[in-house]
Amino acid sequence: MIPSNDDRRTPITPQMAMRVAILGGVAFALFGIVFFRLWFLQVLSGDQYLAQASSNRTRSVVIQAPRGQVSDRNGRPLVENRRAVAVMVTPSRLPKDKAKRHADLVRLSAVLGLSTKPARCTSGARDLRDTTPRIDLECRIDIAVYQLPYADVTAKGDVSRAVYGYLAERQQQFPGVSIQDVFLRSYPYGSIGAQLFGTVGQVSAADLRSPHYRGVKGGSVVGKTGLEYSYDQYLRGVNGAQRIQVNANGRATGAQQTVAPKAGNDLRLSIDLGLQKAGQQALATGIQLANGNGNPADAGAFVALDPRNGQVLGMGSAPSFDPNTIPKLTRAQYAAKFQSKAGGSPQVDRATDGLYPVGSTFKVVTAAAAMAAGKISPGTPYNDSGSFRLGAQVRHNSGNASYGTVTMHDAFRFSVDTYFYALGANLNVDPMRNPNGGALQLWARQFGFGKTPAVDLPTSTSGTVPSPRWRNDRNRLQAECVADLHKSQRDRKYRRRFKGLCAYADGSNRMWSAGDNVSLAVGQGDFLATPLQMAVAYAAIENGGRVVKPHIGMRVTDARGGIVTSVAGGSVRTLSIPNLPAIQDGLHAAASEQGGTSSDVWQGFPSQYQVYGKTGTAQHTNQPDQSWYVCYIPDPVRPIVIAVTIERGGFGAQAAAPAARLIASQWFGVKKVVKAGTSHTL
Amino acid sequence: MSTTPIQRSVDEATRGPVRPRLLFDPWLLLAAIGLVACSAITLKGATRTLVPNSPYYFVERQIGFAVVGLVLMFLIARFDYSRLREFKYGLYGLLIGLNVLVLGFGSVSHGSKRWIPLPFFNLQPSEFGKVLLVLVLAAFVVDRSRYLGNRDTTARVMLLALAAAALVIIQPDLGTGLVYVAVAMAVLFVAGAPGRHLGGLIGLFAVAIVLVLVAAPAVGIHPLHQYQVDRLTGFINPSHDPSQSSYHVNQSLIAIGSGQKTGRGVQHATQTGLRFLPEQRTDFIFAAVGETYGFAGAAVVLSLYALLIWRTLRIITLAKNLFGALIAGGILAMLLWQVFVNVGMTIGIMPITGVPLPLMSYGGASVFTTFLALGLLQSIHVQGRIAQGSKGRSLVLS
Repeated sequence: MIPSNDDRRTPITPQMAMRVAILGGVAFALFGIVFFRLWFLQVLSGDQYLAQASSNRTRSVVIQAPRGQVSDRNGRPLVENRRAVAVMVTPSRLPKDKAKRHADLVRLSAVLGLSTKPARCTSGARDLRDTTPRIDLECRIDIAVYQLPYADVTAKGDVSRAVYGYLAERQQQFPGVSIQDVFLRSYPYGSIGAQLFGTVGQVSAADLRSPHYRGVKGGSVVGKTGLEYSYDQYLRGVNGAQRIQVNANGRATGAQQTVAPKAGNDLRLSIDLGLQKAGQQALATGIQLANGNGNPADAGAFVALDPRNGQVLGMGSAPSFDPNTIPKLTRAQYAAKFQSKAGGSPQVDRATDGLYPVGSTFKVVTAAAAMAAGKISPGTPYNDSGSFRLGAQVRHNSGNASYGTVTMHDAFRFSVDTYFYALGANLNVDPMRNPNGGALQLWARQFGFGKTPAVDLPTSTSGTVPSPRWRNDRNRLQAECVADLHKSQRDRKYRRRFKGLCAYADGSNRMWSAGDNVSLAVGQGDFLATPLQMAVAYAAIENGGRVVKPHIGMRVTDARGGIVTSVAGGSVRTLSIPNLPAIQDGLHAAASEQGGTSSDVWQGFPSQYQVYGKTGTAQHTNQPDQSWYVCYIPDPVRPIVIAVTIERGGFGAQAAAPAARLIASQWFGVKKVVKAGTSHTL
Repeated sequence: MSTTPIQRSVDEATRGPVRPRLLFDPWLLLAAIGLVACSAITLKGATRTLVPNSPYYFVERQIGFAVVGLVLMFLIARFDYSRLREFKYGLYGLLIGLNVLVLGFGSVSHGSKRWIPLPFFNLQPSEFGKVLLVLVLAAFVVDRSRYLGNRDTTARVMLLALAAAALVIIQPDLGTGLVYVAVAMAVLFVAGAPGRHLGGLIGLFAVAIVLVLVAAPAVGIHPLHQYQVDRLTGFINPSHDPSQSSYHVNQSLIAIGSGQKTGRGVQHATQTGLRFLPEQRTDFIFAAVGETYGFAGAAVVLSLYALLIWRTLRIITLAKNLFGALIAGGILAMLLWQVFVNVGMTIGIMPITGVPLPLMSYGGASVFTTFLALGLLQSIHVQGRIAQGSKGRSLVLS
């Protein structure tokens, strides 16, 4: 290789050495600058920057979309939103050390007023493997992490300003604890309609798999029960997101990349606030009347329907509760108030989920079935001797009354039991050839009994229309249960679980008999229905046979008031009830004619409002009778069907009927007069 | 050449059973491996939650890049760099060609076109071009080494560099463009260009900066994008607008400062963990080091760079020829400039430019380029050692 000119030079000249030294000096200087700057930043000002870092927390925060407002039919707000401060725990940011984590959570619980007493922690469906006792908050966090990892856990949903201030100033002492602005539901009228609205809550892992919550993101707040559940897709809105910078006081100091939340749509109900209030007041009055008669009534329900379209004008249940207080309750307080028997189960909507025998109010169905089956006509006379004999069994009218020869008109007017007993016996069919029963069962089902009404509430309560097949099924279930019970007696663990649970039938294993049909004819025996089902049945009597779909939601509107969707009522089916006017006439006689079971209750009620109503006194084994009243007033402008029941309230005319009058008075703007009836009919 | 078998046999014959000497520089290798290790450790903490279900995604890839880079380095070290001088026109053509190509076919990322998508990786010509430019300029200067005092030489060298830099700056990648200029200055300096030339150049740049940032906008011409202007000036007053251009600097300062002496640890490094720190696996990885491992960690990383720089300086003196010394000088400038600009950016003493921290920042292009440069340095070292040996021998023989 030919050496090139540079190859001849000595590798390092003094000039080159100088230049390298200068380069080295420059490099040294640059490194020096960097080192000094780092020393200044990290060692001399480190404390200051550390403080900034801990206050300078930025996170992507979900901005909760406010749920839509729920208002009554006239636009008066029933469910609104209010801003509140929630204390959240991020499980992954809690101390890793078990003891320190426990100490921190105990400290937080004390600040929040939560229980700090360790207790057994169970997660309902599946027990946590580690069953060491832990405090309430620990337990909830552990369950939440198990069910929905990475989600924040709400330690307390609604804290006072004092707690807010305390935590905000001590953020360093509570690692993993954050404070969030949230929307909580507020109910300006407290306990009015409380059971209808239902509850909202954080979506659970199981919820996320349900098609009902399609598109919901983890951590969102969704409707869990009641109307909040039914109309959740409209009410929930779309959460926004924000990357915010928060200082040590928990205040946002800057925000970037905000996706604005979209508020949910508003729901307009068919409920009339005035009627709802009056209804709940009427229940209280009914309970009071019953108590005055020595009946230990403490619960009841009412339903007011527009018979033309199934719009629910009012629907209430007693006892009620103030949903505003729920976020403030601790878990133990909540359980004591709402999940114990002693609390009276105020969260149960007895109007849709209370299953009761309905007594004589059922007689309209019996009459319709008998006429449709051609067993009687309205004028067919029946000779009432005061008692009805079926085989060896003798049944009497209430108070052993005897009404002589009666037609349908008087049978309704006086609520003559023997008349309907006879129809029941007459309508009974051969259980082998007709396992689903005869005309009585058919018509009961046609009126909507034994099936969950097509109501816009998440209820699955269907009631019972007893039939031969039903009885056989129950006998079989009872036999299986008893067999299990016997088996379990060898195993102590199972014995406790099955104890007292075999109550499918009375255990006599008896077959269907005519007596069952006789009991059914007066709404007794194994028949069970809800007040809402009764109202729907009477609406069909009023409107000429249309079995309506009851609904509480009327329409959904967006922020600008535009209609998103209207809830169509419609009807399930239209019945052709022969001689329907005769049944209506009977109901009218009962409520207006001399001696009618509820005529004295309606005394003085303006005559332009003609009342068609039937009392009922449902008998229970081992507890006082239940007071029932179902009526309608076929006003051309504002027709209404009212069903009222008072548990342990005594005779229908004594408690439920006066309450119904109060509700009707409110609806028609009539002076409210409490008139307790005297009729002692069933 | 000194690698011929004849030469070797002479070595063995004169020295007898020689103690096997390392021809490559072990300290340079050690510094590189140490930096890759630091990068992996930092990435492990900073990116553990970035890719769902694979916490080591970036660590694995970075180590993969480094392994390929190391192989590349050893391959280059085996060849005599001196031969590359013959290809200077081809290399310069490649440098310009690739950078023109990227303007036409590059894929857009963060608003700039810097990559040419290839089946196995994205070629980033501006990164690769740094090493090409070092070679081209070194070769050019060696050719004109007799006319170094000429103003003409300085001007030509600068023109070559500025043409390439201009192509990079319009991509736009201002930071890398400025690396090109720094490399050119360093090559001229090591070659022994007159001080007044270099002083004049610095003066020209000062005037250019004033023109671009102050004078031109004043008359309504905006040669830079607004974000570039903001970044270049933002470091002067970082708390001026915390949510906008100086946001990055502020977050970086808080991250580094909060690391204190020994760091906050991976779990408690909120600036890094909460993604408060921008570009934490690439341009701002040093801030992640500072926050997570504190002054101690930052000092370790800087010490490794100091070791790298020291060895490079030493290689300048060991080079068997001017070409080698100039290449080493150019690479020195490239490394020193990148380290200082990048670290300076994270500690708020330099403007924000998208310059990666060699071997620390995640990314194949940067890692490969750096190992390419280290390969050249090793080659210079190896050749220097061999030449030294032969020279020593020839002295004895004569």
